[in-house]
Amino acid sequence: MTTVISDLARDSRAAGVMSEAIIRFDDEEVVLETEDTSVYYGSTLAIEKVSIQIPRNKIISLIGPSGCGKSTVLRCFNRMNDLIPGARVTGRVTYAGVDVYSDDVDPTDIRFRIGMVFQRPNPFPKSIYDNVAFGPRVNGMTEDLDGTVEESLRRAALWDEVKDRLDESGLGISGGQQQRLCIARALAVDPDVLLMDEPASALDPISTQAIEDLVRKLSEEVTIIIVTHNMQQATRISDYSAVMMVGEDRVGHLVEYGTNDQVFGNPIDPRTEAYVTGRIG
Amino acid sequence: MPNEQLDSELAHLESEILLLEGMVETAIFKAIRALRARDLKASQEVINDDDRIDDLENKIQIDCVEQIRRQAPLAADLRRIIGMMFIANELERIGDYAEGIAKVSINMGHEPPLKEIDDIPRMGDLAVSMMKRSIEAMAHTDPDTASSIALGIENDDDEVDRLYAKVQADILELVREDRYAAERATYLLWAAHNVERIADRATNIAERAIYIATGIMVGGSKDAVAALE
Repeated sequence: MTTVISDLARDSRAAGVMSEAIIRFDDEEVVLETEDTSVYYGSTLAIEKVSIQIPRNKIISLIGPSGCGKSTVLRCFNRMNDLIPGARVTGRVTYAGVDVYSDDVDPTDIRFRIGMVFQRPNPFPKSIYDNVAFGPRVNGMTEDLDGTVEESLRRAALWDEVKDRLDESGLGISGGQQQRLCIARALAVDPDVLLMDEPASALDPISTQAIEDLVRKLSEEVTIIIVTHNMQQATRISDYSAVMMVGEDRVGHLVEYGTNDQVFGNPIDPRTEAYVTGRIG
Repeated sequence: MPNEQLDSELAHLESEILLLEGMVETAIFKAIRALRARDLKASQEVINDDDRIDDLENKIQIDCVEQIRRQAPLAADLRRIIGMMFIANELERIGDYAEGIAKVSINMGHEPPLKEIDDIPRMGDLAVSMMKRSIEAMAHTDPDTASSIALGIENDDDEVDRLYAKVQADILELVREDRYAAERATYLLWAAHNVERIADRATNIAERAIYIATGIMVGGSKDAVAALE
């Protein structure tokens, strides 16, 4: 017992405190990456020079106070910002090494590979079956559509609850079921990555638990980036967490990115510490 | 921006820890004084008062759980609350050592003391000082200050161990001189052991204070920690 504190004074603390606040991965682990990515809405700079690497088959939480640019970063990954008038993206965003914003990349293709689930469940006003079959049909898939629908609903942990009413409206099921239906719809085109923008914030605790269980299970096959305001949720489900923060200039920056042990246990950046302890935001 | 409710609750918990430390400190000094003076009434009071220490420790544990439930704290706040739960437990155990010294005194009954062994009160003074400073380290959020205080405590623990070895040697010498003193010598040895354990527990608190301030867990066998990881 007698030497450990002095050992600490000599080396351990220094190593812990001086490490980098933003984690980097080996290239072969990385499926998605932004490099010095900035987004403007008109003349307004929303996020500035965000560089983040997303490792394959992991769950990454994006956290930070309202207006810090979490959803903006999320939308960069599959060019959803293209749909916002006046939005402009600079820097590089790569998926599997390919520049997502290159002229010869079809944004629709990217959005099939990198699916998205929103805060409010948004099933189409169609049957449960047609909701799930929508993407494959757009892709021109005609064979074994039934099998794809069933498999997608099973992967979304919804099959047992809806298998006897596939022809009923997707709007007629509960909010938690609707959200899993939206996940099934995204899974039906076999995406590589799922972007989730506060997918459980409108749900009750039981439905939230179902979504969290589902996210953990899906991460065996799919990389998941999830925006959440619920820090306990982030600690429960993700492998890594990224913290966005906005300064007085109202521009969002990535201030910390690391394991949950780091971000929620012993943050390196004082802004992270202030945010996760409720002293900012 | 302060988190006023949590800050206020943390300050309250810290004041409870300080109160507990004060009660334990009183118990240690009283137990050692009573042992030297052969004051069995005071020794019995130390034993009786230990229930109050146990009660306050329980209250602190419950209050900490309550804050975890209500505030869902993270990072430094979580370390502070978990750290205080651990420290409250350590202080309660230190209280038990004071009670142990009082029981030694009671067991010795009205037998005359052996030759005065000054090093036991000296160990007691040092152990209490370590305990007080370890609580001071806990109250510091600055890693350098907490680490510096803890380092001083670690050095003092070495001194307590040295004094304990000397007490053991002195007591053995007394027994060699007078074999009929063996029973009382055993009691004294047990009292000294209790004081030595107080110093160890104070060192544990200092290590936990470092964890609160830095997030780095020290203490125990590094190899064992590495194996767990």
